[in-house]
Amino acid sequence: MANKTIRLEILRYDPEKDSAPHFQSYEAPYHEEWVVLDAINHIKDQIDGTLTYRWSCRMGVCGSCGMMINGTPKLSCSAFLRDYYPNPVRVEPLANFPILRDLVVQLDDFMHKLVSIQPWIVRKDGEKPVQEGEYLQTPAQHAKYKDFSMCINCMLCYAACPAYGLEPEFLGPAAIALAQRYNLDSRDEGRDSRQEVVSAHDGIWKCTFVGECSVVCPKHVDPAGAIQQAKLASTIDWYKSLLWPWGSK
Amino acid sequence: MKPYIRQMPAGWWLKRPSYLLFMLRELSSVFVGGYVVLFLMMIRRLAQGPAEYEAFMAALRSPLAILFHVVALAFALLHTITWFNLTPKAMAVWRGEERLPPAMMIVPNYVGWVVVSGVIAWVVLGG
Amino acid sequence: MAKSNEPIWWSLFSAGGVVAAFLIPIHILLLGLAGPLGWLPQGALDYGRMADLVAHPIVRLYCFVLISLPLFHWAHRFRFTLADLGIHGIDMLLAVVCYGAAIVGTLIAAQVLWTF
Repeated sequence: MANKTIRLEILRYDPEKDSAPHFQSYEAPYHEEWVVLDAINHIKDQIDGTLTYRWSCRMGVCGSCGMMINGTPKLSCSAFLRDYYPNPVRVEPLANFPILRDLVVQLDDFMHKLVSIQPWIVRKDGEKPVQEGEYLQTPAQHAKYKDFSMCINCMLCYAACPAYGLEPEFLGPAAIALAQRYNLDSRDEGRDSRQEVVSAHDGIWKCTFVGECSVVCPKHVDPAGAIQQAKLASTIDWYKSLLWPWGSK
Repeated sequence: MKPYIRQMPAGWWLKRPSYLLFMLRELSSVFVGGYVVLFLMMIRRLAQGPAEYEAFMAALRSPLAILFHVVALAFALLHTITWFNLTPKAMAVWRGEERLPPAMMIVPNYVGWVVVSGVIAWVVLGG
Repeated sequence: MAKSNEPIWWSLFSAGGVVAAFLIPIHILLLGLAGPLGWLPQGALDYGRMADLVAHPIVRLYCFVLISLPLFHWAHRFRFTLADLGIHGIDMLLAVVCYGAAIVGTLIAAQVLWTF
């Protein structure tokens, strides 16, 4: 049995030693069923223990292992080596985020943005007491926000978004999609309070509908669709408040 | 701790075909705007009288004008096609648990486009 | 409550986009290519015919919409395209220049068509 190998060119950065990131090449074993994460794990275990990266479930549900693979944001656990072999695979940390070390990026910006859109059920008059039972929701009501609830916070969409890359104040695809997830949830009453952030200048209006976020999303959330829907809804609201300022809130 | 911030290259939109298509789509607005300005100029010449109008129409026959219109038409078509294909994204129409397939909103746009274009051609050519 | 006044520009952009998508290609084809290249029947774009056509109030309204809304479509899209091309820090200036140009174009179109 021939031992096939595949070359990985990985961007390294040691904040204590390097002034800038640089590529380092490794030869990893090639197996038909391996993903890039398998190769990276092998490199760390057998070749270079200093390689630093995030991963967890290795099956595409935790959102930890997002990286740029040949320039495209992907989950490294879902990028099969056989799709690249025999060519080398270039692995870089997720674009548009500061590099902390090697393939680990700083995600604080997204964390702040996520909290800012209140990703929880907001009730105007407080929570229903437990004795009153559950919130009931029909399958049709559930369907309206289901896709947007599939987000695993992997940040591939931010890496693909040129608007975020050019202007990091932009709220971004996942945060807006998650705001929509709650806005469209029949149990939620928080749309008005989320509008402060969602319909701000750095919210939905910075999006120019490039659409790449939806292309790279591993869970088919379609954040681009969420943003366009939010633009339409916000515009209708705006005209309503202009033409019927006395209208109910 | 010294996080390294990578700068976005000025030519970022040349790095992926989808980015390039996006940029071309955005630039189509320049030709759309440019064309309606020319259209306004034509109306103005029309208002000024036959001599001014004929001079304008003669200028439209120059190779540069023809070239502009060929390019403008290409960009206008790019706008039309991308616009029709993307419009359904802003509108989520639900029937129970199923969402209306995008094609159901896209196809009527194309049909309407052909009909409207036909009507305009008929009006302009002497209906 | 108006959080941001973007909705007005976005709605003009959208309306302009619809008008441009449906109407611009046929106009370019007829008036910019078919006419000058001689593909149309003789006299189709003659002064007399065209002047009579545009004089009609409905046609003048149509021309106004055809000119004004796509101008706002251009203004909004172009303003963001300049940002996408890396021009930062002058967002307010760009907005004033772009929407201002669209407003000026709209006023000129209104004046030309009203007094036709």
